[in-house]
Amino acid sequence: MSTDIASAGLLQRALELHPQVALRPEPFGALAYHYGTRRLVFLKHPDMVAVTRSLAEHDTLSSALRAAGIAESRWPSFERAMSSLVESGVVHER
Amino acid sequence: MSAESLVEQLKTGLDAPICLTWELTYACNLQCVHCLSSSGRRDPRELSTAEAHRVIDELRSIQVFYVNIGGGEPMLRRDFFDIVEYSVSSGIGVKFSTNGAYIDDASARRLASLDYLDIQISVDGADEATNDAVRGSGSWALARSAMDRLADAGFGPFKISVVATRHNVSQLDRFKQLADSYGAQLRLTRLRPSGRGVDAWDDLHLTAQQQRDVYAWLLDHGDSVLTGDSFFHLNALGDPLPGLNMCGAGRVVCLIDPIGDVYACPFVIHDDFRAGNVRDAGGFTEVWRSSELFAELRQPQSAGACASCGSFDACQGGCMAAKFFTGLPLDGPDPECVTGHGAAALSVPVRIAPRPAHDHSRLAAHR
Repeated sequence: MSTDIASAGLLQRALELHPQVALRPEPFGALAYHYGTRRLVFLKHPDMVAVTRSLAEHDTLSSALRAAGIAESRWPSFERAMSSLVESGVVHER
Repeated sequence: MSAESLVEQLKTGLDAPICLTWELTYACNLQCVHCLSSSGRRDPRELSTAEAHRVIDELRSIQVFYVNIGGGEPMLRRDFFDIVEYSVSSGIGVKFSTNGAYIDDASARRLASLDYLDIQISVDGADEATNDAVRGSGSWALARSAMDRLADAGFGPFKISVVATRHNVSQLDRFKQLADSYGAQLRLTRLRPSGRGVDAWDDLHLTAQQQRDVYAWLLDHGDSVLTGDSFFHLNALGDPLPGLNMCGAGRVVCLIDPIGDVYACPFVIHDDFRAGNVRDAGGFTEVWRSSELFAELRQPQSAGACASCGSFDACQGGCMAAKFFTGLPLDGPDPECVTGHGAAALSVPVRIAPRPAHDHSRLAAHR
């Protein structure tokens, strides 16, 4: 499932941080640890952390990006970063 | 942010370690010839249960996600399950290393009932003869019996942990088959000349050809084999292996030893790399954040003799512990430098290798 939603249209998906994932703020962004899969993932920008934390409050990724004040020109890079979080199970579809 | 700049940032240190090793006891039923902590006898200064709980409380408050528990043989502590259960229920996952001797049916079931617990059973050969030559007579049978019991108890995918040596490196496929037969995951790590490994190093460390073989094998197996990112010195051979290409000592990793001493990494139990003790005022957090040693390790490090080598960006000069305990300068090549600079450095006429700080070997008095 995860690779399907990662492939296309992620901007229009309803996503959330996986309930078994903990985020630890760091100067570069955050560390994410998935207690289920034991995977450790780096979120490499504070904006990415803010967007990831807010996903559950929004119907789609694009509305989360807009609410966080992310310029549309940066959306493609956020979409790519988010799809890798989906692939690692840190973020999943609601 | 690129992977390179992330690594650059990690080298300046974090407010809390990413990966922390905690050796619970120096007591061990085995006497492996390469034991990184020279374990055997319990140290009377070992942390009490209450002190262990305080360490866990601290780790929770600074958001350490998991601890790697080892020893010695951690299951020899009477409060082993108490400590593990306290940690897991505090939201700190436990990955623990054991030789398996104390995993009976009851403890296998108890271990299987815990969330956020990973087990690594150590073996150093894919058959009894190869394994027992390093880990001692009977150790293969104990480890296999533990694996069988964990499988019977429905533990799920445990890990089989192997230190790559000159004598087992031809068995990598067999280790993988052994792991696969249990639905387990293989973990292969680098031998360091630490602890009793100082004396075993010359006999056990890989030849130059074997290093190339391990590198190729690891590249072939990608993320399916865990390495603790311990082979980054091999990255000078070509494409990087999976994982962070850096020495994390005192920057993102450290060791708490059984008596509460905090060292830069599990492989440098020596006064030169002791940052403080969890019993000091301010506890572990103060040691991690304020020790002079760790502050120094978080400064940009000199490439020294490696600065002129075109491979330095790939290998980062290798492993600090491997250099230290073979008597090589820290700002020079790793003793197993794949371009051969380490071998040249080792051949100097007078080379004084430091001895580890403690020796808890059961035969130490007779040496």
